[in-house]
Amino acid sequence: MAEVQVANYTINFGPQHPAAHGVLRLVLELDGEVVDRADPHIGLLHRGTEKLIEHKSYTQAIPYFDRLDYVSMMCQEHAFVLAAEKLLGMDVPPRGQYIRVLFSEITRILNHLLNITTHAMDVGAMTPVLWGFEQREILMEYYERVSGARMHANYFRVGGVHQDLPDGLADDMYEWAGKFPKFIDELETLLTENRIFKQRNVDIGVVSAEDAMDWGFTGVMLRGSNVPWDLRKSQPYEVYPELDFDIPVGKHGDCYDRYLCRIEEMHQSASLMRQCIEKMPDGPVIADDHKVVPPRRAEMKSSMEALIHHFKLHTEGFNVPEGEVYTAVEAPKGEFGVYLVSDGGSKPYRCKIRAPGFPHLQALEFLTKGHMLADIPAVIGSLDIVFGEVDR
Amino acid sequence: MERDASLSELGDYITAAIPGTADVAEVTFGQLTLTCAAKDIVPVLTFLRDDANTLFKVLIDIAGVDWPERPNRFDVVYHLLSMGHNQRIRVKVEANDADPVPSVSGLFSAAGWFEREAWDMYGILFSGNPDLRRILTDYGFDGHPLRKDFPLTGHVEVRYDDEKKRVVYEPVSLTQDFRSFDFMSPWEGAQYILPGGQPDEDGGDTSKGDVKKP
Repeated sequence: MAEVQVANYTINFGPQHPAAHGVLRLVLELDGEVVDRADPHIGLLHRGTEKLIEHKSYTQAIPYFDRLDYVSMMCQEHAFVLAAEKLLGMDVPPRGQYIRVLFSEITRILNHLLNITTHAMDVGAMTPVLWGFEQREILMEYYERVSGARMHANYFRVGGVHQDLPDGLADDMYEWAGKFPKFIDELETLLTENRIFKQRNVDIGVVSAEDAMDWGFTGVMLRGSNVPWDLRKSQPYEVYPELDFDIPVGKHGDCYDRYLCRIEEMHQSASLMRQCIEKMPDGPVIADDHKVVPPRRAEMKSSMEALIHHFKLHTEGFNVPEGEVYTAVEAPKGEFGVYLVSDGGSKPYRCKIRAPGFPHLQALEFLTKGHMLADIPAVIGSLDIVFGEVDR
Repeated sequence: MERDASLSELGDYITAAIPGTADVAEVTFGQLTLTCAAKDIVPVLTFLRDDANTLFKVLIDIAGVDWPERPNRFDVVYHLLSMGHNQRIRVKVEANDADPVPSVSGLFSAAGWFEREAWDMYGILFSGNPDLRRILTDYGFDGHPLRKDFPLTGHVEVRYDDEKKRVVYEPVSLTQDFRSFDFMSPWEGAQYILPGGQPDEDGGDTSKGDVKKP
């Protein structure tokens, strides 16, 4: 029988699709079941964060960072406060730094738990999500105990963190971090050697080290391709140089290796949590410079000067010297950077947010071309896309 | 400070290696900034990517910045990362809304969307980008929202029209005027009269209260 020429078929994947991880509209051109072209249409969650930040004081800008990638909240606050501190030339007291690192690592576990388990759900496993969210719930409770909010914490401040840990929280976290590796092992029994999970992920979405750099990949997307690059080690910030941890790298750069990297990173993060709690010194959690940091509330009741500072900092805010800086942190998804331009006023003149998911998603066509349609959810899952940060 | 010295050495090396294109290299806040002309951006970034002493192989970001009072109102800021030498560099070029900046999407695949974003947000044109569509704003959006003269509220708002059974676009109507508080006032020495205050001797402008309307 003569071969019949079939025209390519164009479909819309999303914007309301459970495997699109949010509002991704993907225009796919299929040759049979093989992807010929994938054109992501993003921006459906665009809220104009950068524009809004230009109209807010530095302190008021911090909550917007929770709402970018809404599963790695504090890591993003971290990048912004580091940028502002760099412009101001401020130092953070050691206890504040340890608390920040501690919560950055909690955030990393939060993010990886969500990513691994939803990725597993995209390729057909239901149970990991239920197990993972139980642990996430505990971690979000720690968020709540320290900041009052389960997700959008607004806990980091320019100069430190808002408040010290409440009584008993450090002990609870220490105990949880000791038990957590056992949970990871249990989770692995569901996935790591699972035949279906491996069939869906091994050798899917392979990216070489050169291509990963060319496409601007960072974080696990880069480490999965055997590039040992982690900002916590290579350009360390806060107290990371004093902590002992390893950077896992993959060998093949496929979805499965990226999954394995994330699993190992959770082990490292749990160990980092314990190290932070062990090494955490006593002392203030926020700098003592009342030209930037509002005074404690109790102080305000008796000191006129404290009251003036408080009023000034909560109306005008503080002025930041003129200049421009780019600071980046190793967020769970990759390098999260903030390019902050100040004109000397109390509001950022320009705040460009470099979200790791943006270049990752850009490479979707490169990653999926020639793959089957069914591989797209697996690739999207392992890209670790959250639209809050991609669309900003 | 040791880091600053090595950075300014790197800056001197780059400006010496490509004379006439990248002229100014300065180190501020421990970060190296290189300034060049928009037409030279491709050779400069090619050099930075391929030279053995720089190896800036990762394009981290392209950001636009708007300075409306300048003749060339935009800055296009490229952030590059060298994993080989563990360095970062910032390359700045000036641009306006008429003359396109040469696209670097041939050098870095990552540049494609970053340039689309700068076009969408600022209206900076990039010549040679194969796919310079809008990226973050709505289909059929008008204007470039991150320009300083674009209002925070935007120009249109959407709502669902029950009669037409679809979402309709309407001009923005605010129930309360948009307010931009000017907090530069008492702390820095106000340049204007507070409401209820006396006009100053040379008959200063009393219309500029502490509440400015755009």
